[in-house]
Amino acid sequence: MSESVSQIFIGTLLANNFVLAMFLGLCPFLGVSARLNTALPMGAATTFVMLVASLCAFGLNWLVTALHLEFLRLIAYIVIIAAAVQLVEMVLKKTSPVLFRALGIYLALITTNCAVLGVALFQTAREYRFIQSLTFALAGGLGFTLALLLMAGLRERLSLANIPNVVQGTALSLLLAGLLSLAFMGFAGLGAGE
Amino acid sequence: MATAPLIPGQKPRSNLEELLEGVWKQNPVFVMVLGMCPTLAVSVSAMNAMSMGLATAFVLVGSSLLVSLMRNLVPKEVRIATYILIIATFVTVVDYAIQAISLALYDALGAFIQLIVVNCIILGRAEAHASKNRPVKAVLNAIGMGAGFTIGLFALGAVREILGAGKLFGVSLFGPDFQPWVVMVLPPGGFFVLGAWLLLFNWLDSRKAAPAKPTESHAHV
Amino acid sequence: MNVLTQPTPSSAAMIRTLGLVATVCGILIVSAYQSTREAVAANKRIALERAVFKVIPGAASVKEFVAGTAGVQPAGATPPLGAVKFYAAYDQAGALKGIAAEGAAKGYADTVRVLYAYDPEKQAITGIGVVSMRETPGIGDKIHSDPAFLKNFVALDAQLAADLKSLAHAIKVMKHGAKQNPWEIDAIAGATVTSKAVGKGINDSAQKLLPLLVPHLDTLQGGK
Repeated sequence: MSESVSQIFIGTLLANNFVLAMFLGLCPFLGVSARLNTALPMGAATTFVMLVASLCAFGLNWLVTALHLEFLRLIAYIVIIAAAVQLVEMVLKKTSPVLFRALGIYLALITTNCAVLGVALFQTAREYRFIQSLTFALAGGLGFTLALLLMAGLRERLSLANIPNVVQGTALSLLLAGLLSLAFMGFAGLGAGE
Repeated sequence: MATAPLIPGQKPRSNLEELLEGVWKQNPVFVMVLGMCPTLAVSVSAMNAMSMGLATAFVLVGSSLLVSLMRNLVPKEVRIATYILIIATFVTVVDYAIQAISLALYDALGAFIQLIVVNCIILGRAEAHASKNRPVKAVLNAIGMGAGFTIGLFALGAVREILGAGKLFGVSLFGPDFQPWVVMVLPPGGFFVLGAWLLLFNWLDSRKAAPAKPTESHAHV
Repeated sequence: MNVLTQPTPSSAAMIRTLGLVATVCGILIVSAYQSTREAVAANKRIALERAVFKVIPGAASVKEFVAGTAGVQPAGATPPLGAVKFYAAYDQAGALKGIAAEGAAKGYADTVRVLYAYDPEKQAITGIGVVSMRETPGIGDKIHSDPAFLKNFVALDAQLAADLKSLAHAIKVMKHGAKQNPWEIDAIAGATVTSKAVGKGINDSAQKLLPLLVPHLDTLQGGK
């Protein structure tokens, strides 16, 4: 496909935000967005894993297509992502204990984050080339982080507000997410132009 | 993921209880709020939502059966790997089945069929229920959960289609003068409608709790 | 997945289990793939035919081709680099009815993909159909229902320039009501961005495909 790198980046970051427009990675979005100081490391870890997953998926897709084993693609993706997350975890533990402590608990969660598998599946479906794939993964991760941070900021404020009991909890988070999503729709059309 | 809110084996539950648990008391969409990525993404119409629900239910039942059959064979260390492998297999099967049944449906659901793999409900069921119970119970529980998920998705999809397009299953309901509420079939609508359903359930819960009526906790479904 | 647990059972047991699971899974996948393959292929052909027949009325069969620097050839396993895929549609008698090809460009929300029909005799685009889009319902998605917009594609001029290297006039999308020439597209009022995406997708694709295709049109005749 002929999308330019900047179009992919802007589009994926804002107009087609992974969380708010494509509904990927909602579980961590609602689960880990209560406080700002956990939202940032979660976003960073996810972005990193998404880049790794995108890289692996690109290689795997090439291999699977070359061998005409398309029906094994999904299994191959999920296994390689799980393995990559484990590997990242182990490498981090050895080389940078500080970073590991900051990200550690999130890494295990990320394996089953749909955003990560989503990156791999969407880049395949859209036939992105190498640079396009990496851009897509990076923008997707940053978009996820952005949504997480916005949500965490809002929820920290709201924890002080006086809200009827019925609205508390997930229902409130979903309504907030809806408003954020509405706001992000305003970015649609960015980068379309000529 | 993999919240395991129920404590299995407190006392052996009847088969009926296993079946109904997922439909109402632990409804994956409205009570546990799990597996929301596909819930919100494909629920723009009742048809898509139903198909997605049924596909998920099939994977849930198939993987629960296999996990339950193998529960004594699988060493603890490799159990998650095994579960993921089994789930991915069934998802691939469903993926091909949908392509064979209707390509239009396949295009509408897109990558979200394959994303069933990472649906928290399925891995959660495999880990918390199927790996600890006999095949009959595991399958019944999975059928219940699958039905609950399908009902939840349908409730969401139907509301979004009715408000956002004035149709249900593609049949126009209000005639040509209806001005559709377009935002409902756009991404924000997904959040709003699910939020509204949760509000309704919260409200029902709080009403039930407030007058403290004795008994009648799960008499009706 | 967690490798950090205490007394591990023998690796042989783990490998045996994983092997067994993998075998079962392998059998399931392969049997599903084999048993659905024909139905899937048939579905894909039907979907393609339906899409092509919609933009080229009167066609009865479709064949896939690629056009490259080396000329036109049937679409095979490995198309040559830089080749453009297109579909040739034939009527009952086997005469060439028209050419269909896909164009894509970024629209308002996401990429808009359209299938357009090219009539070699008229040297014009004679119809479009939407392959996929996620444009705003009620606004951008009018591109496949708005009669005034679709009228643009009854005979949209797509002649090649004298040197056969590009279109004589690039296909352009004008603001609503500003169309003057046969190679211009009149945008839908309020949905200019989506309309522009349609025009750009067709123009990009036609500029690439037609110079490769038109000199070899005779090889497509009587394709039965």
